[in-house]
Amino acid sequence: MSAEIANSALPVLTAKDFASDQEIRWCPRCGDYSILAQMKKVLPTLGIPREKFVFVSGIGCSSRFPYYVNTYGFHSIHGRAPAIATGVKVARPDLQVWVITGDGDALSIGGNHLMHMLRRNLDLKVILFNNRIYGLTKGQYSPTSPVGQKTKSTPMGSVDNPLSPLCYAIGSEATFVARSVDVDIKHLTYVLERAAHHKGTAFVEVYQDCNIFNHDAFLYASDKSIKADHIVYLEHGKPLVFGKDVKKGVRLNGMHPEVVELGKGVGEDDLLFHDEKATEPSLAFLLSRMKYPDFPEPMGIFRAVEAPIYDEQVALQVETAIKKQGAGNFDELFNSGDTWNVD
Amino acid sequence: MSSTEVPIAEVSPADPNGPDPKKLEQVESVVIRFCGDSGDGMQLVGGQFTNVSASFGNDVSTLPDFPAEIRAPAGTLAGVSGFQLNFSSLDIFTPGDAVDTLVAMNPAALKTNVGDLRRGGTLIVNVDEFEKGNLQKAGYEANPLDDPDLIAKYQLHRVPMTRLNRDAVAGLGLGMKEADRCKNFFALGLVYWLYDRDRKPTEDHITEKFGKKNPTVAEANLRALRGGFNYGFSTESFTTHYQVPKAKLAPGKYRKIEGNEATVWGLVTAAKRAGKTIFYSGYPITPASGILEELASLKHFGVKTFQAEDEIAAMSSVCGAAFAGHIAVTASSGPGICLKGEAMGLGVMTELPMIIVDVQRGGPSTGLPTKTEQSDLLLAMFGRNGDSPIPILAASSPGDCFYLVQEAVRIALEFMTPVMFLTDGYIANGAEPWMIPSFSDFPSIKVEHPTGKAGAWGSEENGTGNGHGEPEFQPYLRNEKGARPWAIPGTPGLEHRIGGLEKADITGNVDYSPANHHKMVMNRINKVKGIANHIPLQEVLGPEKGKLLVLSWGGTYGAVRTAVQSCLAEGKSVAHSHLRYLNPFPRNLAEIVKGYEKVLIPELNSGQLRLLIRGNYLVDAVGLNKIQGKPFLVNEVVQKIDELLES
Repeated sequence: MSAEIANSALPVLTAKDFASDQEIRWCPRCGDYSILAQMKKVLPTLGIPREKFVFVSGIGCSSRFPYYVNTYGFHSIHGRAPAIATGVKVARPDLQVWVITGDGDALSIGGNHLMHMLRRNLDLKVILFNNRIYGLTKGQYSPTSPVGQKTKSTPMGSVDNPLSPLCYAIGSEATFVARSVDVDIKHLTYVLERAAHHKGTAFVEVYQDCNIFNHDAFLYASDKSIKADHIVYLEHGKPLVFGKDVKKGVRLNGMHPEVVELGKGVGEDDLLFHDEKATEPSLAFLLSRMKYPDFPEPMGIFRAVEAPIYDEQVALQVETAIKKQGAGNFDELFNSGDTWNVD
Repeated sequence: MSSTEVPIAEVSPADPNGPDPKKLEQVESVVIRFCGDSGDGMQLVGGQFTNVSASFGNDVSTLPDFPAEIRAPAGTLAGVSGFQLNFSSLDIFTPGDAVDTLVAMNPAALKTNVGDLRRGGTLIVNVDEFEKGNLQKAGYEANPLDDPDLIAKYQLHRVPMTRLNRDAVAGLGLGMKEADRCKNFFALGLVYWLYDRDRKPTEDHITEKFGKKNPTVAEANLRALRGGFNYGFSTESFTTHYQVPKAKLAPGKYRKIEGNEATVWGLVTAAKRAGKTIFYSGYPITPASGILEELASLKHFGVKTFQAEDEIAAMSSVCGAAFAGHIAVTASSGPGICLKGEAMGLGVMTELPMIIVDVQRGGPSTGLPTKTEQSDLLLAMFGRNGDSPIPILAASSPGDCFYLVQEAVRIALEFMTPVMFLTDGYIANGAEPWMIPSFSDFPSIKVEHPTGKAGAWGSEENGTGNGHGEPEFQPYLRNEKGARPWAIPGTPGLEHRIGGLEKADITGNVDYSPANHHKMVMNRINKVKGIANHIPLQEVLGPEKGKLLVLSWGGTYGAVRTAVQSCLAEGKSVAHSHLRYLNPFPRNLAEIVKGYEKVLIPELNSGQLRLLIRGNYLVDAVGLNKIQGKPFLVNEVVQKIDELLES
């Protein structure tokens, strides 16, 4: 695409415009390909000129992502993408900044930065590729690997209790929290669009298959023949129903969710209704704790609420200070306080 | 000022229009130190004495010295806080070697400080605090004020400050604790009388600070100040007071400035000169926090500050803001710089302009948080993985921070590189008179962001076209200084990716090939080396060739300069050269260091500059190394010079 077109008021872009000239070096059939493809589909629909996008990543297979998108990009260092993106966004709130990260990058070495980025609610979009393994370093367990998993660094099985990225995000006051699966193309596209349009930090976990070191870790949630019984699609204002014949639902028993069969005296009105806009994150947290095989794992938007946006507030304080005190005058500054003359 | 013009408070027994009953003597310079519990307000009264002396026209130099604990247990040795001030009618560079007047508010303060008082010096103690409990806490078995040795060595004044201060503020309805909180002003008032200082600026300060919010506290502090002053005026304990005439500074308008403050003003000035916004990111750490706080108060200068979750995030966000086109700055001290190392390496690899300020303190690890040291030079030089060159500048005094940090910004922008700016705890918290510049004195700093094809530097001729006669944007194509273009997000047509992986020359694509890596490492090294052609030549005070060169850097400037000047005045063959540019060194430094039989390098570390000088120039330099958390005394440097000249 030429610079002239990018300069025009309403650029009409396609996925092709967002493809870079770099050869993609993920393993064949890696889940990352699908996520990249859906992203390239979503970006042209946002009405944002290509030069206004910045992709920031850390280290890991997923973090190669910026090289494959023809926007501004910063492939940085392990775990620091949220902090680097914060610098970009605070400096330039006019840019749309995406953070691409993985389970090791975001939750292990970069856990601290992730928490603070989320609680500040910068206007950033974060995609966490969760494959429950360290792929780039060739197969060590990650903070999302289940207990008992045998990997190169856990030959007798992992004894390390994993965490859920979404529980962490909700606990860190994230204003937008969602989940999808790499191969669920339509749903992933929908979730990415919703994330792109959210005002504030949008946090999306994508179950992503590492077909080399942790193949089929999410088979229960991705295989079309079985997934209907293992996942539940969240829809705002709708009851939680799932299953092959949509005969199952999730009901609240006190503070605890339970799976029930519809019919036999249980109607949809008895089920848990999803409310992504709930001010308190309790429901979203409860949903984020539902795990296979005891529960269907929720897919979709867990939480989407509005809150003050950090980068806007920083800019606003600068504006307010200038309005109140007048634009800084250097000679006034230098001559402030006690001064004296030497003749 | 004559003392008869001093208004006397109502509590004064003296006649305001009467003659001064005491002898008034003129002296050249005085070194005074206030010391007491960290809750006693010693930093506050030290600062007040400094302001009053500076605005009177003395040259001043200060050394605040406080414990790392905010409030160590009262009365203990660990809790002693001190403030030393040298005020003079001469041009001075240091807070002074030996103390002329020591004000000790309790036994612990006496114990930790009396060793620095010169023989025959004035010792003012708050005798009320020398009771059993406090003596025990300070580890005294007997009351030192009864020690004949102490009485013989110093002019001891036993002042019942606690009692007199309570009397001065009596009737205002203050509780005992509140009343006692004023006694630092009583001590200050007494010393104001002793050195014939004008009380008015401090009285104005008290009224301004407390007047509206708490008029009773304001009145109490005013009474304490006047009470102390009148005590000196009327009591027979003091027979003489002293005057230090104005210093002969270069004509102009002056103010007092502290190092961290000067660093901040320099940064903001440089940003304005470049027509850019400052993005500052920092994590609280002693003694660098003042930079974050001061910048946060300058939002009306367009400054954006970000208190990051840790040092790593502070440095990382600086990389992000630099990519986005801001003047990105962070500051820390040793432990924080260690954490920043990884992201500084990213700054080197991505060749983005950014400033890293290191306000050095005693190390290793947490070390001596509130004490000064120069021990991060090698950390700044080498503290990253790989061959990772970063230019280094080091300020020589509080006021110099203002000018040199602007040089750091200029170099960062001109050469597209991170730059380290070193100061230290001594400079950061120390103050000196500063001739006020005019903003119009400073030329603009040119910054170029390529836009579209024209600014992208590529062409078919140099093999960087797109094959259709059009130049293609090449993020790692270099100009004559070795700098790459700073194309910022939002610029149509220049979309590109950068990162921590090795870059292909010119295109900036990821490239692991052996020859390219070698070339890129050398490109980065040579770019930084080339800065030597764009900085001033190194200057020397004293003979250009001869027996001894004293080579110093950073915050030791004052002590070393004073030492060499006094040796030169005595006709000794010694020269002084003070480095402000540490990487690269000025291009004439080799010639300078080879021009003398001996080279002495005094440093507040175990010999870090010496290692670099020996390594670079094969010169057998000798060190004078002090690692005590304190600056050099002038006399320590003079002694070493004499020793080397005699051997």
